[in-house]
Amino acid sequence: MTDLIVIGAGPAGIAAALRASALGLRVVLLDDQPQAGGQVHRAPAGTRPVPPSPEARTGTVLRDGLAGSAVEARPGHQVWSVSADFRVDALGPEGPCHWQAPALIVATGAQERVMPFPGWTLPGVVGLAAATLLLKAHGIAPGARTLVAGCGPLLGAVAAGILKAGGQVAAVADLAAPADWARRLPAMAARPDLLARGAGWAARLRRAGVPLLFRTTVAEVEATATGLRARLCPVDADGRPRPGGTVVEADAVAVGHGLLPSTEITRLLRVEHAFDAVAGNWAARLDGDGRSSRRGLYVAGDGGGIQGAAAAPLRGELAALAAARDLGRLDAGAQDRLAAPLRRRLARAARFGRAMAGLMAPRPGQVEAITPGAVVCRCEDVTRAEIEAAAAEGAREVNQLKAWTRCGMGPCQGRVCGDTAAALLARHHGIAREEAGLFTGRTPLRPLPLAQLTGEFGYADIVLPPPAPL
Amino acid sequence: MTQRFDAVVVGAGVMGATTALHLARGGMRVALVDRGAICREASGVNAGTLTLHMTRAALIPYAMRGRELWLDAPRWLGMDAGARAAPGLSVAFTPAERDMLEHRAAARRQAGAPIELVTPARARQVEPGLNGDIIAAAFCALDGHITAYLTGLAYRRALVAAGVALFENAPVEGVDSGDGGFAIRAAGATLLRARRLVLAGGVWLERMLGWLGLRVPVKCLINQLVVTERLRPVMRSVLGIANGLLSLKQFGNGTVLIGGGWQGIGDPDRGGVEAIPDNLIGNVRLARHAIPGLAEARVARIWLDLESETADALPMIGPLPGIEGAHVIGCAHSGFTSGPYMGQLLADFILGREPERPLFDPARLIPPQPAASLESIP
Ligand SMILES: Cc1cc2nc3c(=O)[nH]c(=O)nc-3n(C[C@H](O)[C@H](O)[C@H](O)COP(=O)(O)OP(=O)(O)OC[C@H]3O[C@@H](n4cnc5c(N)ncnc54)[C@H](O)[C@@H]3O)c2cc1C
Repeated sequence: MTDLIVIGAGPAGIAAALRASALGLRVVLLDDQPQAGGQVHRAPAGTRPVPPSPEARTGTVLRDGLAGSAVEARPGHQVWSVSADFRVDALGPEGPCHWQAPALIVATGAQERVMPFPGWTLPGVVGLAAATLLLKAHGIAPGARTLVAGCGPLLGAVAAGILKAGGQVAAVADLAAPADWARRLPAMAARPDLLARGAGWAARLRRAGVPLLFRTTVAEVEATATGLRARLCPVDADGRPRPGGTVVEADAVAVGHGLLPSTEITRLLRVEHAFDAVAGNWAARLDGDGRSSRRGLYVAGDGGGIQGAAAAPLRGELAALAAARDLGRLDAGAQDRLAAPLRRRLARAARFGRAMAGLMAPRPGQVEAITPGAVVCRCEDVTRAEIEAAAAEGAREVNQLKAWTRCGMGPCQGRVCGDTAAALLARHHGIAREEAGLFTGRTPLRPLPLAQLTGEFGYADIVLPPPAPL
Repeated sequence: MTQRFDAVVVGAGVMGATTALHLARGGMRVALVDRGAICREASGVNAGTLTLHMTRAALIPYAMRGRELWLDAPRWLGMDAGARAAPGLSVAFTPAERDMLEHRAAARRQAGAPIELVTPARARQVEPGLNGDIIAAAFCALDGHITAYLTGLAYRRALVAAGVALFENAPVEGVDSGDGGFAIRAAGATLLRARRLVLAGGVWLERMLGWLGLRVPVKCLINQLVVTERLRPVMRSVLGIANGLLSLKQFGNGTVLIGGGWQGIGDPDRGGVEAIPDNLIGNVRLARHAIPGLAEARVARIWLDLESETADALPMIGPLPGIEGAHVIGCAHSGFTSGPYMGQLLADFILGREPERPLFDPARLIPPQPAASLESIP
C-alpha cells in the first residue's frame, strides 16, 4: 500500500518525498528522466565529463539522500495517466505499470515559453531549457557558435555554460534593459549567493568579449548554406520592435521567453486554476501549503507558479507536511510547528523567484509582434494568420480554436502553443485570458506506444462488454 | 433585455443547429441558444463514422440520407466538413460473431441498407490491412467518415449567413410557457420570447423537458474515443465488428480513430471525465487485433463524451403533446450521421410542410400528464 505518490523528481518532488517518508509515509516518487534531479539538478548522463557546478553538487546530495531513504524512487517512468482517484499509470523500462494512493503531490515543474518568430522551428533553434539540458547532462553546447536570446536568468546561465563547455557565444540578446534587472536588485538581495553567480556569469561573458545586447529580440532566423542567420531587432520596454537591427551568424540559437508552470496533470484532474496576470501564466489555485481544490491533490514547485529552485524544496516539504496531516499521520500542532520555519524561508526564497519570474513575464508587444506567417502550433503547422482568421469568425476560446484549426491537437497536446494561442485570442477580442480559457487536459500526457498499452494478447483475452443494440 | 423571435432553439448540437438553419431558411426569425459554443458537445467530438453497419435498423433510411447530406455539405451547408466516402466492413472473428453478423446484416438490409455478406478473401481485398483471422464479413459500399471537430465551424458560418441570432455561452436556466408562447431565460439576464420552441439538448434533454413539467428519462452513455498520431496508411475502410464494439478508420492526415462505444466515467454534470483502464485496453486491443498494423502507432489522445438514449433507444423528434408550439429533437443513435436529415424533417414540420419521412413522436415516451400541471408551470 502506498500512502503518497509524488510525480516529478526535481527539487520540490525529492524534498516532498523525503519529508513524507521521514514522517513514516510509504512514498513512490516517479520521474520520466533516467535519474532524479529535475531540470536544475540534472544528473550528468555519463556521455562526457561535465564541469562541476553548485547545482550538480546539490543534485548528487539529493540523489544520495533518496538512495538512503525508504522512498520507492522510480526514475525512467513516464506518467501518462492520472485518474480522479489517483491511479497513476506510467510506462517504465519494464513496460506499463501503475500505482494508487490516497494522496498525490504533483511536482512536475515548469516548461519553457517560446514566443514564435519566423524560423523558431528550424533545426538548430532550441529552447534555453533544452540548452541547459545539453550542458548539464552532456557538457556540450548546442552548437559551435550559439546565439543566446530571450529573457530571464537562464540567458546568463546558458551563455556562461556554453563558454565553460568550450563553445562560442555569438551574442546575448536580452529583452530586458539593465534597468529592468536593477529594479529587481532589492528582491534578489534575498539570495546573495545567486546574485553573486549572476555577476560571475556577466563578468565571464564580458571577458570573452560576448556582445550583450539589451532590449533586443530575435525577429527572424533563417537557414543559410553554413548555418543560421538571425535578425535581431531593438525593442521598447513592452517588447515592441523598434526600427533598426543587426544580423548575427551562428550555427545554433538558444532562445526562451520565460517559464510556464506545467499544468497538464492539474488540468486533467480539473482542479481550479488561476491566471496570474503579473507572471503571465496559469497555475493551479493553491493554499499556502500547496493544497489544490481537489482533496488529496497537492502541487509543489514551479508547477504551482514560478518561484524558482530555491523555493521548490520548501514548497515540496510543506506539501508533504500538509499531506501527512490530511492523511491523519501528523497532528495539526506538529504540522504547524514543522511548517513555520519552512514558511518563513519560503517567503524569502519566493521573493527572489518572483522577481525572476517578473523579468520573464511576457510583454504585450511580444504577442503583437508575432508575424502573420509565423507558425504558432508546430505540431499541426498553424500560423498566427490562421488563428486570427478563426478568431475573426468567432472563435473566442482555445478549445473552440483547436476544433476549428487543429491548433494544439497534435502530439504535444498544446503544451507549446497553448499559451500563445490563448494570448492571441484574448488580444483579438479584447477579452481577459480567463475567458480565452485553457486547453482541456487529456490522457495520454505523452504519446503512448499503442503496442505497450495493449501488451501481447490473443482475441480471447479481450474482455468484451455486451454487444451494441441492433 | 427581451428579444422576440418566431422560434427559439435551445441546444446547438447538430440536431438543434440543423433545425435552426432550416427554420431560418424557411423565413422564420430564429434564435439558437447554447450554454457553450456551437457543436462542442457530442456533435463536435464524436467518432464521425458515417456507417450503416452500426446504425439501428429503424434508423437506416435516415442515416442513408444523412450520410448523403454530409458528403454534399459544400452545397447545402456551404463548407466541406471533411466528410469522405469509404467502403464499410463489419467482420467476425468467432462463430458467435458470425451468427450475429449474418442476423444483423439481414435486418439492416431489410431496412434498406445495401449490406452484403462477403468472403474473408473479398473483405481482405477491400481492406488489405485486415487481420487474416476473420471468418466472416459484411460489406457496404455506402460508408464513410467525417472530421467531427469541423462541424461547429461549418454550422456557424451557415447559421450566420442564414441570419440566425446566435446566443453562445448562454446557458438556459428555464422556460416559462403561457399565453400561447414561451419565455426562455438564458444566463446574462437575456429573455427570449417566441411562440415556437425547440429543445435540442442531447443528453441534457431530460433536464430541458423538465422545464416544461415533462418527465422523460434520458440515459447517458459515456463513449470513449482514442486517436493515434499520424502514421503510414494502415487501412482504407471504415471497419467494425459484428457486435458493434469497434469503429475504426484512418483519416486523410494519417491519424487513426478508435471507437466502438466502450464506456468511461462521466455524467451530464461533469461531462466525460476519464477512461476506465480495462475498457481503454479492451477497445485498443480490439482495434489492434482487427488491423495489426496499428501496433506501430502511438496513442495521441483519449477522450470521452456523452451520448443520449431514450427508454426504447429510438429518437424523440416532433411536437410535445399538450404544449402548443413546443418541440423536441434528439436521442438518435448514430445521431451525427442522421442529424442533418432529422433537423431538416423537424424544420419542415414546424414550417407547416409535410416531412419527407415520419418523425419519432415523443408522446410514446411521455406518461399522461395531469392536465393542470401544464398551466401552473411557474
Ligand atoms: C464519443 C461519441 C462518439 C460518437 N460517434 C458517432 C459516430 O461515429 N457516428 C454518429 O453518427 N454518431 C456518433 N455519436 C452520436 C452523435 O454524436 C450524437 O447522436 C449527436 O451528435 C447528438 O447531437 P445533439 O444535437 O442531439 O446533441 P449535442 O451535440 O450534445 O448538443 C446538445 C447541445 O445542448 C446544449 N445544452 C445543454 N444544456 C443546455 C442549456 N441549459 N442551455 C443551452 N444549451 C444547452 C449543449 O451545450 C450542446 O451543445 C457519437 C457520440 C459520442 C458521444
